[in-house]
Amino acid sequence: MIAFIGRLGQFSIDRVAAMGKMFNFLLAAFMLVFRRPAKLNLIVYHIKTIGVDSLSVVALSGFFTGMVMGFQGYYSLRKFSAESFLGSAAALGLIRELGPVLSAFMVTGRTGSAMAAELGTMRATEQIDALDSMAINPVKYLVSPRIIAGLIAMPLLTAIFDVIGIFGSYLVGVSMLGVSSGSFFAGIENSVVFHDVYSGFVKSISFGLIITWICCYKGFNAPPMATGVSQATTESVVLSFVLILVWDYFLTSIML
Amino acid sequence: MIQVANLFKSFRGQQVLRGVNLEFATGKITTIVGTSGCGKTVLLKHLNALYLPDRGEIFIDGVDITKLRQKELYEIRSKFGVLFQGAALLDSLTVFDNVAFPLREKTTLTESEIKKKVDSRIEQVGLGKMGAKFPAELSGGMKKRAGLARALATDPEIVLFDEPTTGLDPVLATSIHQLIARTQDEFGYTGIIVSHTIPQVFEISDYVAMLAGGIIENVSAPAEFCASANPVVQQFIHGKTEGPIQVL
Repeated sequence: MIAFIGRLGQFSIDRVAAMGKMFNFLLAAFMLVFRRPAKLNLIVYHIKTIGVDSLSVVALSGFFTGMVMGFQGYYSLRKFSAESFLGSAAALGLIRELGPVLSAFMVTGRTGSAMAAELGTMRATEQIDALDSMAINPVKYLVSPRIIAGLIAMPLLTAIFDVIGIFGSYLVGVSMLGVSSGSFFAGIENSVVFHDVYSGFVKSISFGLIITWICCYKGFNAPPMATGVSQATTESVVLSFVLILVWDYFLTSIML
Repeated sequence: MIQVANLFKSFRGQQVLRGVNLEFATGKITTIVGTSGCGKTVLLKHLNALYLPDRGEIFIDGVDITKLRQKELYEIRSKFGVLFQGAALLDSLTVFDNVAFPLREKTTLTESEIKKKVDSRIEQVGLGKMGAKFPAELSGGMKKRAGLARALATDPEIVLFDEPTTGLDPVLATSIHQLIARTQDEFGYTGIIVSHTIPQVFEISDYVAMLAGGIIENVSAPAEFCASANPVVQQFIHGKTEGPIQVL
């Protein structure tokens, strides 16, 4: 029994220490953003890899999510003879919830995993040690630009997801199921307020931070071997997904 | 002058270095030899503080680098060039950009001055037409040469070589040894090599140090090293399975 309590205690200490290490990593990455020389070219490059390169997958998933919402929303609202509210239901659902969460999932799967694998491989092939030995801070060079790029790219991707999703919903609701075009857009105009957009914006920024932070941390600290890289990639994706959902719950509860 | 004093290091309870004492002569090549997994690379990575010891000191020009803050440590590291075992070239950059990388990041040279210097280094290691290639397009020997060009780009006072000929055929290994000897002669740096390639590496070494059991068993000039009566040294040189070195 005492041995069990001891193991439990050690496990708890290890988890708290690991969390402390992760927060220190994030803090260091943020502080190094402001240290000269600025790495603007790297930030722009990573906005491209996180944002532009994820555009097609985010647009596609946004389109189909919007179409599904069109069908499901129409089915549910018809039971209350409220099909005309389809526009507001789809827009609110996408802007407040589905847009930020699903686009964050897409970016995690597409870019976050690649980020963890790239940094893990750099660790395994001593490229991170090489930077350090050249007196170049690897966190400043590899991590800080990715985090800033994530903060910038994620809200833009979410906005695109929202717009394409609403278009998908319009296509199904108006063109296929016969909902009036005027009532679809009037519903959006009457129900969506600035707070809804703001709530989605805050969520997408924080998800951008979670994805880049977790994926960079896991990749940067991957054990230097092939299985270490694969383990880091899997852990980064799973942990990002879980944290996105947990953080989404907290943000929703305080921003409702 | 680099001096290692009473250095201890362990990983997850496994003691690797058990009190290493060693001095590296300035402007000379010292080769560290020892069995696989005996801690040679661990010792090498302590010399520019990529690893920090559990106990002990490492003095570079009289400064104990184990107690420095990051900013001071980076100033000391600017004196070093390192050739890693797999060359550790940055995958996303061409050979030219890899060699130019430390110059762009750490110096105030103009792009034309950088180009001149990089072209010269690439030429010196015999990769004249390979500047536009990416690391993935190079052979193992070419990668080592490119890694050496990068290590020499900032005119370092000390160059660390981590198994520079591992995985190369004997001809290529000899050419890398000759390249190290030639560049050392040209630039006058203090070279520290970790190698298994004996006796070939002795030809370019001024001193040989043998690491065994976590301590330095013997340091001497190559000829004296080969003639040493130390049974550990003799077993290692002749590759015998019987003797004080335990074969795992």
